Amino acid sequence: MIRKRPLLVESVTAVVLIAAPFVLPHLGVAPTTVNRILIWGTFGLGFDILFGFTGLLSFGQSAFFGTGGMVAAYLLTVANFPHVMSAVFIGTIVAAVVGYLIGLIALRRTGIYFAMITVAIAEVFYFVEFNPLSAFTGGENGLPGVPTPQLWLGFTTIKFNTDLSMYVFLAFWYFVGLVIALRVVRSPVGAVLSAIRDNPLRAAAVGHNIGSYKLTAFVIAAAYAGFAGGLLALMQGFMPPDAFTFDTSGQLVMQTAIGGAGTLFGPLVGAAVWLYLSDFFQTTLHLGATWKLVLGVVFVLLVVFLRRGIVGGLATLWQRATGRARAPHEAAESDPHAVAAGAVAATAAPVVEFVPSPRRPKPADDGATILKAEGLTKRYGGIVANNDISFSVKRGELRGIIGPNGAGKSTFFKMLTCEVHPTEGRITFEGRDITGFGVTEVCQLGLTKSYQVNQLFTRLTVRENVTIAALAEKRGPFRLDLFRSVAGVEGLSQRVEDTLKLVHLTERADLPVSELAYGEKRRLEIGLALATAPSLLLLDEPLAGMSPRERLETVVLLKSIARGRTMIVIDHDMDAIFELAETITVLREGSVLVEGTPEQIKANAAVQEAYLGGVHAP
Amino acid sequence: MINWANFVSQCFNGLVLGALLALISSGLTIIYGTLGVLNLAHGAMFMLGGYAGWVAYTYTGSFIVAVVAGALFVMLVGIIVERTVIRSFYGRPHEDQLLVTFGLSIVFVEAIRFFFGSLSKVTPAPAGLGGIVNLGFMFYPTYRLALLGIVAVALVVLYIVLYRTRIGMIVRAGIEDSVMVDALGIDVYKVFMLVFGIGAAAAGFAGIVNAPVVSISPDVGETILVQTFVVVVIGGVGSFPGAVLGGLIAGEIISITSMFNPGYSYVMLFAAMTLVLVLRPYGLLGTAGRE
Repeated sequence: MIRKRPLLVESVTAVVLIAAPFVLPHLGVAPTTVNRILIWGTFGLGFDILFGFTGLLSFGQSAFFGTGGMVAAYLLTVANFPHVMSAVFIGTIVAAVVGYLIGLIALRRTGIYFAMITVAIAEVFYFVEFNPLSAFTGGENGLPGVPTPQLWLGFTTIKFNTDLSMYVFLAFWYFVGLVIALRVVRSPVGAVLSAIRDNPLRAAAVGHNIGSYKLTAFVIAAAYAGFAGGLLALMQGFMPPDAFTFDTSGQLVMQTAIGGAGTLFGPLVGAAVWLYLSDFFQTTLHLGATWKLVLGVVFVLLVVFLRRGIVGGLATLWQRATGRARAPHEAAESDPHAVAAGAVAATAAPVVEFVPSPRRPKPADDGATILKAEGLTKRYGGIVANNDISFSVKRGELRGIIGPNGAGKSTFFKMLTCEVHPTEGRITFEGRDITGFGVTEVCQLGLTKSYQVNQLFTRLTVRENVTIAALAEKRGPFRLDLFRSVAGVEGLSQRVEDTLKLVHLTERADLPVSELAYGEKRRLEIGLALATAPSLLLLDEPLAGMSPRERLETVVLLKSIARGRTMIVIDHDMDAIFELAETITVLREGSVLVEGTPEQIKANAAVQEAYLGGVHAP
Repeated sequence: MINWANFVSQCFNGLVLGALLALISSGLTIIYGTLGVLNLAHGAMFMLGGYAGWVAYTYTGSFIVAVVAGALFVMLVGIIVERTVIRSFYGRPHEDQLLVTFGLSIVFVEAIRFFFGSLSKVTPAPAGLGGIVNLGFMFYPTYRLALLGIVAVALVVLYIVLYRTRIGMIVRAGIEDSVMVDALGIDVYKVFMLVFGIGAAAAGFAGIVNAPVVSISPDVGETILVQTFVVVVIGGVGSFPGAVLGGLIAGEIISITSMFNPGYSYVMLFAAMTLVLVLRPYGLLGTAGRE
């Protein structure tokens, strides 16, 4: 919807911002309240990129809000810095730099740890501002005397010293902030950020350096916070020290949740609701200090009942009204035909050939052997999961790995993709020693895996899922192309369409993953791995959990994928493996039992014993 | 030049604060470990305990009644909150759990402000434990010394409950794998409710026994919550011994730094937390993967 009418959101926002000062006073919103809403909204743009888009809930944004504001206010008052907006921008940059340093520490952990660390960090800033740095920050008095911003037009100077002119000033900067934020969330970086929110493990496994992307989001949020802090100082003519309090961070979090995270507008809407209600409770209902209690109760109820906030709720209503959201059961019903048609087509349709990635270094050896493992051993405490496995795969081969439960197949795969590191032994991929590498690095070299249990980006559409995987190969592990559109990445849409065609999901491309049938999810799982253009693809039980018919179709699919690619497949479905693989390796009790062609394996007595437990064939 | 008598006395203060933080953090950490919910209202529970105890003290004049009332009232609040709100959040993302418990903390704080105002309330030390005592090498407030004993006893009780009883065994099993506990036929929701109650009671108990040392106000829980977080990050989430160790470390850092400049106590606390995060990301006694 957004892509079809590219400037729709921007235009609507501009119209609303222009209309607001004429409409809102009639609804009983005081002009200063409107201005405060804009500051919180600007603050929230960055926070929403961090929380709503990347999934990192920080309770420490006050640190950056206060830092940006204090630096700007200090420059403009004590240091007599002449230019108002330059001071605010310097404050923004300082906040971003501080955000970078703090992010290095806080992002060492995720989830609740991250939340706890950010709370603690913000508290440090609060104490430092009040005590050791009070000579610069005015301690508990803050910094008064911040000049009003003005704009010199050549013939006259506009001073933003009334509520309305201040509104124009703040609305302009909010709009600038929004346009930038929209560019960021529509950029490849924005796509990767939402992938991190949905499934960090997979985002890393398809080749994105998620640590750097999280740090990027954290710095963006800090910069917006610092900028908003500077605006606050300008609006009030005074930098209040309570900008540093935990309440500031808390209020931002609550406003964002009320408005709806992941929408960019949520914080603005939430701030409007919050500030309007607080005014209303205090001045109209004369609740006095009780207003915060009532708002607290309202907030708890909202979190319990309205999960996606006001903007999220409205978006859902809009989708229902316009019939955009298809009912899940309808989607599921249309499924079997689509699959059958697709599978049949696959045998006839031209196969999408494997094209080696130009980004990747050439193989370091002659290239005949793509993967070699020597003496791989993995011990977990006293348990030996894999013992001295030596294994090599030729380029273009389709290798099958079978073995009874507990044979160590999955551990073996995890070592090959560098998810776990071997206790002993060496892995060589395309002539390069990759022992001790990370999943992301290995994927960037062209080795990836489809998971036994689906690891998808569940809140995104099928196309977005594949796009995220393809982006990793097209852009490398980390790139700061914040202002480029996803569609502008060269060769990306071709790769995405090819991959969708290959796994027969072209017709389902715009559905959210949650509406797919199980078999389709399994194919998307393979599609994610394929979209990274691997030169070696590992498939961990691709047929797991499938119905007999889905299995047949998937075997056809795997055959079509195998053309021009090197693959290793683990599965329990013997018939499928015997049909697919040219060479089969049998694992038992963590070691290689035997290796050979399907015929040799079928005839091998040791294999029969391993599976049938000593009952010999006559 | 360091004043050694002052230094020793600050070390004692650190020990008292550390023991208190250990107790509060244990409550937070067993709740998180078992239920998977980080309770941002835990600081408010501490504050509620102080107020419940103060009310009981005002009516009865008995400190013991106040302590029992503080702990039991907060346990009750914990159980009610778990049954009515937290229960519907087990299946929801961590972010939602943080939001709702944060909202609850505001409700608690503002409700107390509504009923009792913003001025701080003083609960005096029980008779016989007021004044100061001569330890031979220094004079020290009697109640603080007693507090160290009281909190140590509470920690031992918590330890016995967790490590020496059937219910404790179930709780510890729940920390490792609550789905498995459920599968074994134990009503895991009943355990969750109980754990939430015990964890809250630990905070409430700490709130009232600390009231004679630091007078209580509606905002008193916020500082405690932040310190508790640092303790848990240092000690390792879900680890009872980690909470005790982390508590003592944090208490000493705060007290000793305060001797030179209270403004830097948080900086030092933060430095210690950073050091732990760099060297042992899962906390001193934490387990990898428990998050």
